[in-house]
Formats: sequence, C-alpha cells, structure tokens
Amino acid sequence: MATQTTAAARTAWPQLRLGQRQALWAYAFLLVPLAFFLAIRIAPALSSLYISLHEWNIVSPDKPYVGLKNFGFLLEDPRFGRAALNTIRYVLVGIPAQILFGLAIALLLQRITRFRGLFRALYFMPFITPVVAAAWVWQWMYSQNFGPLNQILVALGLPAQQFLRSPGQALYAVTAMVVWQYLGFQIVIFLAGLEAIPPVYYEAAQVDGAAGWRLFRHVTVPLLNPTLVFSIVYGTIVYLQLFTQVLNMTFLDQGGPLASTLTVVLYVYQLGFQRFKMGEAAAATAVLFAVILVVTLVQMKIFSKPVEY
Amino acid sequence: MESRPLALPSVGAREGISRRRHDPWVPLAYLILTAGGIIVVFPFIWMLITAMKPLNEVFDLRILPAHPTLDNYAEVLTRTRFPRWFGNSLLVAVATTLSVAFFDSLVGYTLAKLRFRGRDLIFVLILATLMIPTEMLVIPWYILSSARGWINTYWGIMFPGMISAFGIFLIRQFMSSVPDELLDAGRIDGLSEFGLYWRIALPQVKPAVAALCIFTFLGNWNAFLWPLIVIQTANMRTLPVGIALFSGEAGSSFHLIMASSALAILPVLLVFALLQRQIIEGIVLTGLKS
Repeated sequence: MATQTTAAARTAWPQLRLGQRQALWAYAFLLVPLAFFLAIRIAPALSSLYISLHEWNIVSPDKPYVGLKNFGFLLEDPRFGRAALNTIRYVLVGIPAQILFGLAIALLLQRITRFRGLFRALYFMPFITPVVAAAWVWQWMYSQNFGPLNQILVALGLPAQQFLRSPGQALYAVTAMVVWQYLGFQIVIFLAGLEAIPPVYYEAAQVDGAAGWRLFRHVTVPLLNPTLVFSIVYGTIVYLQLFTQVLNMTFLDQGGPLASTLTVVLYVYQLGFQRFKMGEAAAATAVLFAVILVVTLVQMKIFSKPVEY
Repeated sequence: MESRPLALPSVGAREGISRRRHDPWVPLAYLILTAGGIIVVFPFIWMLITAMKPLNEVFDLRILPAHPTLDNYAEVLTRTRFPRWFGNSLLVAVATTLSVAFFDSLVGYTLAKLRFRGRDLIFVLILATLMIPTEMLVIPWYILSSARGWINTYWGIMFPGMISAFGIFLIRQFMSSVPDELLDAGRIDGLSEFGLYWRIALPQVKPAVAALCIFTFLGNWNAFLWPLIVIQTANMRTLPVGIALFSGEAGSSFHLIMASSALAILPVLLVFALLQRQIIEGIVLTGLKS
C-alpha cells in the first residue's frame, strides 16, 4: 500500500515539476524582451502623452502642466493644418496611383510567360533601394534647368515645369517618387492575391460567357478584395508616416515650397528637434497615433470578416 | 503551414494553352512592361551617367558624358567619411538584425510552445505595441538618451530596434506548426528547455527567420528619423544620415551627390541581384503576415 502511494507520487511529481520548470524557463526567456517592451515602447508612449499635456522646453527646468493647450496650439497653427491636409492629399493621390499601376502590371505579368522573373526583379528594385539616396536622385531628376525630365519635355516641344520648386506641383512630384518606390511591393502583393483566386471561378464565369472586362470586374475585383484592402491600409500608413522622402527631396526648404509638401511627421521633427517645442510636438504625435489606431482598427474589422468565395 | 512559395501564377492553369497562343494581349503586354521597366530603371541609369560626368559637363545638355570619369567616386570617398558611414551602418544593421533574430525567435518559441500563466496576456501586450508609431516615441527616446548619455553612441542608434514585436508575431505563427512530438523526443533525450528551442525548434523555422533578417536588415540600413536625431557628429553618422547631410552641403554639385548615392545604392542592388528570389519572397511573406 505504502509503496503504491510512493510510486504514484513519483509518477505525479516529475509531471508537476516539468510544468513548473517549463513555466520558470518561459519567464526567464521573456524577462529581457518584456523589460524591453515596457521600457522602450510602452513607457515612452505613455510618457509622450504626458509630455503632450505639459509645456516641455528641453532647456528649461520648468515643465508646467498646461492641459490641452498644446492641442489648441496645433489647431491654431496653420502649418499643422497644412501638414494634415497635405497628408490627406498624399493618400488620395498616391493610393489610387499605386493600386492602378500595381494591379495593371501584375495582370500583365500574369499574361506573359518569358522574362517574368526579370520584369518582377526590375520593378522591385526601387523598393530595396536606400530611400535617402533614391530621394536625392529624384531631386536631380526634377531639377528645373538641367534635370532629365525637363530636357525630355523641352525636346518634345512642351514647356519646362518647376516640379519641386512649384507649390502646385511639388506634392505630386514627391508622390510620384513614393509610388515608384512602392510599385514593386504592390505588384508582388497583387500577384500573390491573383494567384490565390481559385481558377474554377474563372472557368465558371467563362462558361457563362463572361470575358475581358466583365471577367475582371465581376470575378477578379471582388475576389481580390482582401488584397486590395491590405494594399490600401498599408499604403495609408506609409503616407501617414511620410518623412524621409520629403525631407531629402526638399532639403533646402524642408516641406516647402510654401509648406506644400509638409507632412505631419516632418512637422513633428521641425517642432520638436529644431524649435525644441517638445510639448507641442508630442501633442501632434498623439493625434497621429489616434489616426493610425483608427486605420488599424478598421483594417482589423474588415479582415476579421471571413472571405467568401 | 509551410511558407507558401509565392511563385508567379501559371497562366496555363487558368486559360487553355491554345487560347493563350492567340492572345492578342501578349505582344502588347511585353511592350507595356518594357516601357514601364525603362521608366522604373531610368533614375538609376541617370544617376550612373551623372556620377561619371566631370563638373563642367554636369550642366550641359548632352546625355552621355564626353569624358567619362571615376574621379567623382574618388572625391566622395576621400572628401567625406563615406567608408566610416558605411561601416557604421553595417555595424548597426548587423547587430540589430542578430539581436532581433535571437530574441524574436526565442519569444516566438516561448509564446507558441511553452505553457505558463499569463501567456496570452503577454502576447496581446507585445502585439499592442505594434500600434504605437515610432514618431510618437522619438521624443521620449531622446529625453531618455540625454539622461543616460546615449546620445551620439552606437547603442543610442540601435536600442529602439533590438527586439521587434512584428517579428515575434511572425515567428510565433511559424513556431506553432513545429510538432510537439519533436520537442517531446528532445525532452526524452535530455535537452534543456533552451536546447529544445536552439537545437530543435529554431532549425524548423529557418525560412521565416531568414525572411525576418532580410526585413530587419533593410529597415535598419534605411532608418533615418531616429539616427538623424540621435547622431551629432560626422564620425557617428549612418549612411542615410551621412548622405543626406553631405548632399545638403554639396549644394548643386550633383555629380558628387549622384556618386555618393550610387555608392550607397550599388552594393544593395548587387546583393539583391544575387538573392533576388529569396528577398522578394521574404519581404512579401513578412509583408502579408502583417
């Protein structure tokens, strides 16, 4: 009897200890990463919200609580309004262009059999190209008197354009560079999406007599919907956080001319790190955070719906 | 769930072979794709052409240089600290990538395969940090770095990227598909919990870790906003910051700006040419999972 209990205990013990030991190991593995996320992500995010409610000049020891005054400053600052408006324009111009070109080229790549890999690599090159260097190349492309784009326009008998020097054109000139940069990524995303559509739907539609545009409109587009949503959300977040391309393409008048290319992040950088108005800059990042949160939640809501084929 | 190869869809599966042969779209498709390809590549070509022009030819309207030269490259390499910036970027990107590869795979394994209290809560907590944009963190990071003396140090440049929440999410998904039997067999063989991760689980998810490494390396190689803030001397600059500030000072010396851009772009394109397939599929894999 006694020996039986010890035997049972002996078999139960290692299991219990295994579970406990595993938990201890788990906590040990997670120690450094959790400390990292708390100290480098979560605490700074809360700290940023705290700073946004204070007057925070880094050189002054006094950092008084000012309530929502920094947010009021943003509302009244025409540059912030301009940056927000510009961001909407970047999204409205850039995303349709990205989808149009990305989808068109993906569909064309599907049609061909030779050189597919070569074309795909070619279109993908800008995506892995260092952004800062690429932005300077584009600035040179747009150069008013000596840039190749104006040389081509003049050779065709068209008037030379100001591009980055014109308040009316600069935003579109920057957007063109961003579209160029992300085109290859869009193409491979669309190719993956097109590949995921079961061929049986095309066959069924063809039996029903659908072809060409109707096939595209009523089969491809609805079934490509998850890819389109992903592309739109990904693109929106890229444009919301646009900074490097704008700063480098308009280096001598960052965000110019006349704030026509200014983005929210460039605004934050100038306010916080050139004018040292950290409180106001933190308030602007809180607004950006709220917008990105909404976009992400909308994305999650759409993606949580099952795809019905 | 193995990584589904993102091969290009086969046309033949969708439409009959005979149909494709008479598809009037095909020649037009090649034409448009070639034209588009030329437009996409044109900035690179123009960069290389300008970088080979001597100063007196930069602003004349001939397309090709009359006297092509490599002096611009030599001037960039000697006049700036370009080699140092390249080294800085390499150091920062490699160190960050190794750290991310190790910690992300370890945490991904722990969250997928070990049983302990608070596991789901910790996962949700880590995932939630993905919603915080970097821009929101740079001000507190700057204040933290000032207080700790991290301004203008390698650690200062690197610390925000040492672990990636996105990578943890990615690796955890792949780790979930590692069979428990494999781990149990390892336990019976007397492997420690760390040994199970290192010897058994990690080799199973190599493709995902490789994709994460490519993604992390490129991200850090390109990082601009935070390095621009935290770096204060020319010696500490990473390549993007170095090129931006050098180009800003170079004014209209576009032959030098293009030479420095080419020096930054060409090594990346060379690596891309060698590993093109893995890079594209890796980036799409990581991109789609997000």
